[in-house]
Amino acid sequence: MNTPPVLTPPPSFPARDPARSFQDMILTLHDFWSHEAGCVILQPYDMRMGAGTFHTATTLRALGPEPWNAAFVQPCRRPTDGRYGENPNRLQHYYQYQVILKPSPSDIQELYLKSLGAIGIDPLTHDIRFVEDDWESPTLGAWGLGWEVWCDGMEVTQFTYFQQMGGFDCKPVAGELTYGLERLAMYIQGVDNVYDLAFNSAGTTYGDVFLENERQMSKWNFEVADTDALFDLFAKAEAECRNALGAGVPIAAYEQAVEASHVFNLLQARGVISVQERASYMGRVRDLARSSCEAFAAKMTPEWEAKYPGWSLV
Amino acid sequence: MADFLLELRSEEIPARMQAGARAELEKLFRRELDAAGVRAGDLTIWSTPRRLALIARGLPLATEAVSEEAKGPPEGAPDAAIDGFCKKNGVTRDQLELRDVKGRMTFFAVIEQPGRAMADVLGAAIPAIIRDFSWPKSMRWGAASVTTDSLRWVRPLSGIVALLDGEVVPCEVAGIVAGAVTKGHRFHHASEITIASAEDYAPTLRAAHVIVDNEERAAMIRDGAAKAAAAAGLTLVADEGLVIENAGLTEWPVPLLGRFDETFLDVPPEVIQLTARVNQKYFVCESSDGTLANAFVCTANIDPLDAAVVVDGNRKVLAARLSDARFFWEQDQKTPLAIHAEKLARITFHEKLGTVADKVERVAKLARWLCEEEIVQPPSVCPEPVEGPHFSSEEKNGASTSSARTVEELAKMAEQAARLCKADLVTEMVGEFPELQGLMGGYYAAKEGLPQEVSDAIRDHYKPIGQGDDVPTAPVTVAVSLADKLDTLVQFFAIDEKPTGSKDPFALRRAALSVIRLLEINGLRFPLNSVRPELVEGLPFSSGAVHEGKYGASTSSARTVEGTSLLDFFADRLKVQQREAGVRHDLIDAVFALGGEDDLVRLLARVHALQAFVTTQDGANLLAGYKRAANILKKEDWRGIEGEVPHTGEEDPLAGVDDPDLAPVIAAKMAERHAAETHLSYTPEPAEKALIDALAAAAPRAAEAVEAERFADAMAALATLRAPIDRFFEEVIVNADEANKRAARLALLAAFRDAVHRVADFSRIEG
Repeated sequence: MNTPPVLTPPPSFPARDPARSFQDMILTLHDFWSHEAGCVILQPYDMRMGAGTFHTATTLRALGPEPWNAAFVQPCRRPTDGRYGENPNRLQHYYQYQVILKPSPSDIQELYLKSLGAIGIDPLTHDIRFVEDDWESPTLGAWGLGWEVWCDGMEVTQFTYFQQMGGFDCKPVAGELTYGLERLAMYIQGVDNVYDLAFNSAGTTYGDVFLENERQMSKWNFEVADTDALFDLFAKAEAECRNALGAGVPIAAYEQAVEASHVFNLLQARGVISVQERASYMGRVRDLARSSCEAFAAKMTPEWEAKYPGWSLV
Repeated sequence: MADFLLELRSEEIPARMQAGARAELEKLFRRELDAAGVRAGDLTIWSTPRRLALIARGLPLATEAVSEEAKGPPEGAPDAAIDGFCKKNGVTRDQLELRDVKGRMTFFAVIEQPGRAMADVLGAAIPAIIRDFSWPKSMRWGAASVTTDSLRWVRPLSGIVALLDGEVVPCEVAGIVAGAVTKGHRFHHASEITIASAEDYAPTLRAAHVIVDNEERAAMIRDGAAKAAAAAGLTLVADEGLVIENAGLTEWPVPLLGRFDETFLDVPPEVIQLTARVNQKYFVCESSDGTLANAFVCTANIDPLDAAVVVDGNRKVLAARLSDARFFWEQDQKTPLAIHAEKLARITFHEKLGTVADKVERVAKLARWLCEEEIVQPPSVCPEPVEGPHFSSEEKNGASTSSARTVEELAKMAEQAARLCKADLVTEMVGEFPELQGLMGGYYAAKEGLPQEVSDAIRDHYKPIGQGDDVPTAPVTVAVSLADKLDTLVQFFAIDEKPTGSKDPFALRRAALSVIRLLEINGLRFPLNSVRPELVEGLPFSSGAVHEGKYGASTSSARTVEGTSLLDFFADRLKVQQREAGVRHDLIDAVFALGGEDDLVRLLARVHALQAFVTTQDGANLLAGYKRAANILKKEDWRGIEGEVPHTGEEDPLAGVDDPDLAPVIAAKMAERHAAETHLSYTPEPAEKALIDALAAAAPRAAEAVEAERFADAMAALATLRAPIDRFFEEVIVNADEANKRAARLALLAAFRDAVHRVADFSRIEG
């Protein structure tokens, strides 16, 4: 065994500047949730998905009795929201900041408000309100009650107490916070166009990073993507999900459900799914996702029951 | 006497649930106090987003002591029975008393319920209220939610204040212990505050930036918003729903006025108002000329350090929303409605009824037919076409000169409007705001330069929606609206999707009501019997063909193949609708029972005349005479001279007089009988003769009046029968010994009844 080398103490970094840098806002949230709630700070899930909620750290971890506190940024893909980089508010690729706290702590609202303070939103300068907005994802067999949090009339966060996931009651209930990072940053930085956001404190803008990406990806989503290949991909993801379920690896199956969901969104953007077919495709995605969640819960239940006597899945 | 305060503090309660929650809290509190034998008296109930509060004044400090007696088994009953009785009543055997009950010694238990301290009663009531509280949606939370039995509340419950005369009422629910401590405004006064008593509650909270009285907050918003508008030289567009909603979203409401970019005013005002209201809960304002102003009023929940910051934030959000709306508005106009309409072929109307495009096609044909048949007619031509039809709903856009002068012009416009009336369903704007359906189509049609009658018809063809809504009167609109609703009714009845009980998923009752109002207000002469599937399937056709359709044989009696016919359905709706207008349902029955009446306008005229008549003394007496005659005929099981008339016991023997199949038979027999009557084989008594003469005069007069739709005259003719029939019953013995007299008199009564029946089926009339 080698003795680890002694590291030189880190240089002192300048303080973070969440009000003038997109990345500093993210890093501040990381610091906050790491220190205030003992969150695991995860990196994004390496798959294309429509919302941070699809991350296994949210969906699958919302099941079962084990405590779980995590925070992460998740890139979201919404092909139909693409505007070729020409709309100041709409993007086909953007970031969500997710915090999942299980069980939901009694001071979760206070923690959340404190996090807004940390990134520069003073609640006596800005009007913060909790406006009823319940959440439901038939795809995931999930629902919860909560609010959209308004800051001067703008929705900046979705706040949900998960009640069910994958068709199962959440025992215990997890609190989920989803910050819309770009709009929050636009608000804090006082810019009207997302591409004008300061990405860092060294002069790089959001547009420098993503504008060309939005142009090309919008074109691909709407005009280029080979629809035959996409239909094929959908079928293959569906088959592979079944294959994984059969083999008793529900996490792998869940990934294929996520894949199928995104491919379906792409097909929608290409405009090749009729109104009638749409419902049928959504039903197929829902089946995959729910089957995967159910299989995951079923597989884990013996372990959960052993660790938490008296706990039961249903 | 003591005052009690209860505060249930939670995370933000949805605004829309607060009124219900206040009612629920009152109901449960009264229930608990009633159970303890305490009258709760007047209660004050308040809500804010973060708390429900109740104040009960003048509660007794203790409940009354009560002594209850229970009768048990008789002396000498088995021990088990006596022990069981003791156990049930919580007494020991030596506490039982023996009393004489009708000579039998019987055990009695006397249970003394001592008065309970009010604090104990409330300490037990509070957990019960919380556990039994019913919310539209409730949830579990926190570590306790590891089981599904954990407490449910609308959002996490965080604190309980329970004070009786300033003393904490000890109790605990799911680990939350009641106390005297609560919290003030989330941001203005985040620290804990202690409440001294019920009396101090509202002032203490007010000092902590919480207006706990929801009514007071509503008034602050209502007045504050109006004032903010007035200060800007504008008038607030009042919206009580928004007032209540904002009061439910704030503990310290501060209305603030902001401006948005004037160029957004190119977008229709309804769109701006809806965007502001639905998405942002903002009020809008009008300028002195009544047009929408570029201003909004938002309601903050803080006294902001700098109001301009909050207003500017809200302005940006509204601007983004309005940009979207303007994008939809401009985008939608790039495609003509006719092209939008093509997309309707992709939307299923109902799995058994095809697509919306199919429906549109049927409605278009039907609308044309309604015009061609002159059921809906062009407006009467004025010699100088200065002013067209000028109706309230059209006033907004200014009256225009009608160009639909001829039947064909009207039919063409109705067909065109019908073909486009659903096209806006596939526009971006209606996708975003479904409540703008119709309205947007009207705007887009006008922008395309279509005739104003057409764009108005597209805009208003959903009307009337519900009893209070304006009824269209512009001919093109009437044709399209009527066609749309008739198609819906006919089609859903054809696939047997009829409303049952409280279930009416396709709003067929509302559609029928709308048809009734359209026909009534516009005086449209339309045979409802022609409303059958083949009406649209077999188009084009003439009105004659309608009656000879697939179910032609049964048209006259209005029975369709399956169960309730559409006509019966209309009759029911009509009764409901007319009841509100003060028309007796039995009178509607009396006219409907005649059968064959499917012209609503005529039917209502008849009903109205009938109502006027039966409330007169003549009418009431005639009705009495009619009933007497009918009873005699019924008792005699009288088949009349027309033995062929079907007779099914309960029914009136002449119920079939309007059956067309029997009409020739009856006519022949009636003629025969009439001949017989004029040649009585005996000399009639004076009263009999008087009735015969009166009938001979009145019957044709009544029939003629009915034919000419002079229903008041028909009633007047009947009124002349009142004195003769009264006299007849007084002076003449119907059941005469001589068979010829008896038969003739029964025949006379039948003739009398028949004459009355030509006007209405009086057997259906109550009283």
